[in-house]
Amino acid sequence: MTRVRGLLLAVWEFVVGDDWRTAIGVALALGVTALVAAAGVTAWWVMPLAVLGLLALSIRRSARGPTR
Amino acid sequence: MSGAELGLALSVFLACTVEAVEALTIVLAVGSTRSWSSAIGGVGAAVLALAVIVAALGPAITSLPIDVLRVVIGGLLLIFGLQWLRKAILRSAGLKAKHDESQIYEEEAAAARAAGAKHDGFDGYAFTIAFKGVLLEGLEVAFIVLTFGANQHRVPLAAAAAGLAVLLVVLAGVAARAPLARVPENTLKFAVGVMLSSFGMFWGAEGAGASWPGGDAALLVIVPGVLIVAIAMSKTVAGTTDSGSIVPGAQMTSDTAEQARMGA
Repeated sequence: MTRVRGLLLAVWEFVVGDDWRTAIGVALALGVTALVAAAGVTAWWVMPLAVLGLLALSIRRSARGPTR
Repeated sequence: MSGAELGLALSVFLACTVEAVEALTIVLAVGSTRSWSSAIGGVGAAVLALAVIVAALGPAITSLPIDVLRVVIGGLLLIFGLQWLRKAILRSAGLKAKHDESQIYEEEAAAARAAGAKHDGFDGYAFTIAFKGVLLEGLEVAFIVLTFGANQHRVPLAAAAAGLAVLLVVLAGVAARAPLARVPENTLKFAVGVMLSSFGMFWGAEGAGASWPGGDAALLVIVPGVLIVAIAMSKTVAGTTDSGSIVPGAQMTSDTAEQARMGA
């Protein structure tokens, strides 16, 4: 059990890194893109806007305190 | 070679160069202070482990439906890319210590000397540190090779770009017999962050059902666009830091504390 937990933690650390909010934001942005596309509306603009916002917020968080 | 393939090869080459330089520093430090044969043994074992991981994950990834593949890979590349880019922007703005291979070499060598007496023959410390260094730095490269390659059905091209980068770094390391401190690592990381974020955004949106204006040609706008935004953010952060207006609690952070985590 400890090994499984350790493996899952290592995978989490490898994929998500030190900024879980950005990872959640990327997942949400992809979900919104899929919903907008499924509604038959042009959807390519969602990701650039999301990336711009996520990057700005991530930098703002880091600039306000030590990188964890 | 199409623009997307060129982007693939360039992204993999740059990412692999950065990780190879970092791995080389660790191997040089333990090899020169402890045991070359054990350090090289650790490198060989790590390369073998990476080959097994790639061989196991490669077919599984390439067997996914293309839309699932693109949305998963696009999302992961974007998460990776935004982390590389954030740290690169913080470094260029002076809010994060730049990666200094000479300093890291000295720290690794000091740790190796303090690790206890050397024994004749196999040196467990040198083997383990070299193994961990190469495996951790190599995992991200293996992931990038697999994802970029699988998404465009050009795994051999991605692997060739990675192999060329490793070969050049090893040759440079052998020639210099020292850490490659003059490689513009921070600039390379900035470029890799831009490429990973751009391709991640492009593939993720396509996998989620969006169509980019102009198809693949949209990358010719996306990549420079992300670069311009990143440079602008870097200058903005640097400017506001200089004036002290937004970052009263900001502290310079060090890369060395993050050696256990991959590159970025």
